[in-house]
Amino acid sequence: MTTTQPVVPLAHGAVRLRGVRKVFGGRSAAVTVLQDLDLDVAPGEFLAVVGGSGCGKSTLLSLVAGLTDPTSGTLEVGGKVALMFQEATLLPWLTAARNVELALELQGVGRSERRDRARHLLGRVRLGRYAEKRPHELSGGMRQRVALARVLAQDAAVVCMDEPLGALDALTRDQMHDLVEDIWLESRFTVLFVTHNVREAVRLADRAILMGGRPGRVVDDHPNPMPRPRVMDSPAVATRAGTLTQSLKEEVASHDQSDYFVI
Amino acid sequence: MTSPTTSSSERLSRSREPLDVPEPRGKRPLDALRTFGAPVVAVAIFVTAWQLLVVSGWRPDYLLPGPADVSERLGTILVDPEFWPALARTLSRAVVGFSVAVLIGTAIGLAAAGSRLLRASIGSLITGLQTMPSVVWFPLAILLLGLGEQAITMVVVLGAAPSIANGVLSGVDQLPPAYFRLGRVLGARRARLYRHIVIPGALPAYVAGLNQGWAFAWRSLMAGELLVLIPGASGLGNRLAFSQEFGDATGLLAHMIVILVIGMIADRLFSAWSLHLRRGRGLAADR
Repeated sequence: MTTTQPVVPLAHGAVRLRGVRKVFGGRSAAVTVLQDLDLDVAPGEFLAVVGGSGCGKSTLLSLVAGLTDPTSGTLEVGGKVALMFQEATLLPWLTAARNVELALELQGVGRSERRDRARHLLGRVRLGRYAEKRPHELSGGMRQRVALARVLAQDAAVVCMDEPLGALDALTRDQMHDLVEDIWLESRFTVLFVTHNVREAVRLADRAILMGGRPGRVVDDHPNPMPRPRVMDSPAVATRAGTLTQSLKEEVASHDQSDYFVI
Repeated sequence: MTSPTTSSSERLSRSREPLDVPEPRGKRPLDALRTFGAPVVAVAIFVTAWQLLVVSGWRPDYLLPGPADVSERLGTILVDPEFWPALARTLSRAVVGFSVAVLIGTAIGLAAAGSRLLRASIGSLITGLQTMPSVVWFPLAILLLGLGEQAITMVVVLGAAPSIANGVLSGVDQLPPAYFRLGRVLGARRARLYRHIVIPGALPAYVAGLNQGWAFAWRSLMAGELLVLIPGASGLGNRLAFSQEFGDATGLLAHMIVILVIGMIADRLFSAWSLHLRRGRGLAADR
């Protein structure tokens, strides 16, 4: 995967991409999804990745998570990566606790220790009372919290979240924003958070990068120094989101993409 | 990066209970009645149709006896000292044959599911074998293994194993791609991916395959017992054949009922297992 030796060793939790290109398919059907992608994510940073449909946001996460390799360029990640999807993807035959335990078991954690840790992690996502419930007995938001506990169980330096709250209703999503932020503030892992939702990016992230397609690349970089906690519906968040939405619209218009939405 | 204005512990402590708590689902007392009541209704419909046919006088009594005569005979058969050893022999043949079929069918299914090449080469062969009436194997089995237990077992295994292998394959095929992606994210590869994700995920389809495999095993066994008589070791099928040879229609029908009931009990057990699995995963429809 790495073609050149890094000059400076990468810090724990840092992510660095240089000239990354990703092509899917071969020969006549080849589609360049990412082109000349340069990106630095600092350890402990909460980075939002915003962009229209098909701009390669999810591909970027797959690369960082190691699910696929770049066609060319270098990609370095300082430490283990965990990935959270839009769907919770819980195993329906396991209880909430056993779903979390599975992540621990696959890391070789012993039986009694993983039981205790799974309980503790479910407590952190405020699902302590639901440890013995099966996924189908939980609501969408609760399932996504179990998935969050499972991500925490992986004890990763970098957590990639691919529109993790996209399928939730607005109220549940607000609660999840608080929860994700709280847990991130406690643990300080690096987050790469893909979202369509510009306000969500402003609500959560230290910095938002705007991706444009196709082929996908970083077109804009918006640091967000607003104090936390931020309120989704506050004028400050709305104003900043407005600026971001404007550049997103310009980017989308310049590429004549019609299938996007911004809130 | 900015410093939080509120500490995270403070915010955790003022967290509310989740609003999106689903309604709890209660136990369903009618389930047992549904599971075991349906066969009773089926039997009632069958017996009524049978009685009507007898009353119509289509065939004389000694060729087509009515439900009353047959159930009386059933009573005497159940106290016949030769019946129970025959039943035990038949059931043990079924269990042995089915067990061997489970081992072979599962192994072939898992091997084919795990290898693209094997899948492509034997996948259609399995389906072909499944469509072939297993009784077709008997002449060959008798030729190869002689007129005995082994020939019966061979045909039972060949009848049941393809369905079981197919159950494994369809179970693996139906797994959502997200499970494999999850496996990779969690670092589960090969054996551990199978153990933790693929096998439990494929279990409902596997149980359906077992159910179908059992049905084929039972049919093959009955065909075998009609064709193959091992002296001093007769089973239910042999007793059925004797009844026909002696023109004992009442005994014949009584044995058919025994065979039917065993098939229905087995089917109920598999259905209950399947329902339990699907309900545990939130897949069973609430009706």
